Amino acid sequence: MSSEATASVPFLKVPREESLVTGGKTFADVDQDISIHLERFPTWRWWMCFVAALSAFGLGAVLVGIMFARGLGVLGLNQPNGWGVFIVNFVFWVGIGHAGTLISAILFLFRQKWRTGINRSAEAMTIFAVMTALIFPVIHTGRPWYAIFWLIPYPNQRELWVNFRSPLLWDVFAVGTYFTISLVFWYVGMIPDLATVRDRAKNKIRKFIYTILSLGWRGSNKAWSHYEIAYMVFAGLSTPLVLSVHSVVSFDFAVANLPGWHTTIFPPYFVAGAIFSGFAMVVTLLVIAREMFGLKNYITLAHLEKMNKIIMATGMMVGYAYACEFFIAWYSGNTFERYAFVNRAFGPYWWAYWIMASCNVLIPQIYWFKKARTSIPIMFVVSLFVNIGMWFERFVITVTSLHRDFLPSSWAYYVPTWFDWGITLGSFGWFMIWFLLFCRILPVIAMAEIKGVMKPAGTHGHHPEPTRHQEVYAHGTK
Amino acid sequence: MEQNNPTPGNGLKPPELSGVIGFFDAPDLLISATRKAREAKYRDFDAYTPYPVHGLEAAQGIKRSPIPYVTFLAGITGCAAAFALQYWTSAVDWPLNVGGKPFNSWPAFVPVMFELTILFGGLSTFAALLFFCRLPNARKRNFDPRLTSDRFALMIEAPLHGEDPEEAEEILKAGGFQKFSEEEAKGFLKSVGAKEVRTVYAEGWF
Repeated sequence: MSSEATASVPFLKVPREESLVTGGKTFADVDQDISIHLERFPTWRWWMCFVAALSAFGLGAVLVGIMFARGLGVLGLNQPNGWGVFIVNFVFWVGIGHAGTLISAILFLFRQKWRTGINRSAEAMTIFAVMTALIFPVIHTGRPWYAIFWLIPYPNQRELWVNFRSPLLWDVFAVGTYFTISLVFWYVGMIPDLATVRDRAKNKIRKFIYTILSLGWRGSNKAWSHYEIAYMVFAGLSTPLVLSVHSVVSFDFAVANLPGWHTTIFPPYFVAGAIFSGFAMVVTLLVIAREMFGLKNYITLAHLEKMNKIIMATGMMVGYAYACEFFIAWYSGNTFERYAFVNRAFGPYWWAYWIMASCNVLIPQIYWFKKARTSIPIMFVVSLFVNIGMWFERFVITVTSLHRDFLPSSWAYYVPTWFDWGITLGSFGWFMIWFLLFCRILPVIAMAEIKGVMKPAGTHGHHPEPTRHQEVYAHGTK
Repeated sequence: MEQNNPTPGNGLKPPELSGVIGFFDAPDLLISATRKAREAKYRDFDAYTPYPVHGLEAAQGIKRSPIPYVTFLAGITGCAAAFALQYWTSAVDWPLNVGGKPFNSWPAFVPVMFELTILFGGLSTFAALLFFCRLPNARKRNFDPRLTSDRFALMIEAPLHGEDPEEAEEILKAGGFQKFSEEEAKGFLKSVGAKEVRTVYAEGWF
């Protein structure tokens, strides 16, 4: 397992995995570095971010209030553009969430140990992103206090049931299940860490709160054995779930008989795009968080580089989908389909299409270079571009397909009003409020998981669990 | 330590002995100690670790958790319930012609069936986890604050309180297990390398 072992097996040059935690940390250091932010007063930088988020949310809330009072006419919607920025935001935010589940569930099943540094914050992002997404379809109804009842099948006075043949209803079940299961999965993963925070607490109120939250967890091995199986089951359930959620979201479009929407490539295309945008958001948030909370030894450049590789790979999948759509439009021989796509790239919304294509396909190509993948400023800028590009992807899909109907007499250009933009800004504020509170109240890194994959300083000859590569060495040198 | 005070009790009732706990600094020491406890034929013992230590389950002789069976059954139930709900509302209670599709248009019911399979499966997995771990129990206190940080422990448990001592002894004998004695357990833990050994008394529900 040492370097001599590698030297003695020349044909077995498996690269040694880089350490997942740097800085020679002990287990106690891990708890200290991660829990300290929960145990002291927030810094002025945190307060500045929090006030900015609250103001953005406040603006959005006021605009939503005015919209409820005056009606949806304050938005840019018209005929035939019945869907606009609200639906774009809904798809955008649901998509953001997907990276969290991919990291927590799919990378877990593939035994990718580097996920332990980032899974907690990525899962938090999932939950807050879904909470943000859910606002939009509900306020889009204009009368949300009724909408809640229209969405759920329950025996009502009209004796009518919801229409189970509608993708919009599938969405209610898909996103609702996604939110519930992600929340439970996240919470289960947090129980041991909450117990750590409880046991560190000196303050009585904090001790009480974390005693309740940690449910009385003690780390008994009998409990761990159930816990690990349950965690694996959650990962197994979440994996098909996350793939289904954006597939169902794409059905909202694909089931409609509208050129530009009615394509079978939508489910995989949407899922790849969701993971793409979600990873970009994770990079944006973690680059800031590791700086602000001093977590550079836990969220290392190696973690960020791996995420950037995934961004590039999924970016190219999305690029393939763009090309494939055009090919099928031409190959189908359907005039309406062909027109929809030519119009998408060269019609009145050409600017939106090319913003999307350059941000999502062109810019991530810089990640072919390791220098770019490991440069904090470059990855921060690229992740912002990807977020913008993916927002425009949904804008392009929604608006360019709607704005030129089958009848040229009903064609209309859609321009969002400042209500649309203000409420969109408010949704970012809402998301950031939750994320900032999360950073202050809950451990942002899964301490118990980190301990399982690190080799603590000061222990000699003890390997918590040999990595796969180390096992190869051990086997090869026998 | 305010919890697990060596002389607790409110003066009315004598404190009830829960067991003897020994602390270790590294997981590999704990694994070998746990294996020895099993070989020494203790019936009630458990290890405490800040993170799941691999190899400890085998050392302790823990059977695989039955949680996946619960998930499977609940998932099947969710799937069936979703179909029943959709069939009954769409084809029986108020059959509504939507786009000329059959009332029982089952392919359209698949997404909701899938989602409820996952929802029921996931929620029942959580419930099963809490049930098997005997949680939530906020009155459970940790034996040592560092047990969720960087310490490892093995506890030899006294027979459950409420158990008739003579009957308990019979059961232990029948299973070929060792009888619990505080002094003997302390000696055992010291012999397997525990750095510190403490007696634990019952508190609350324990």
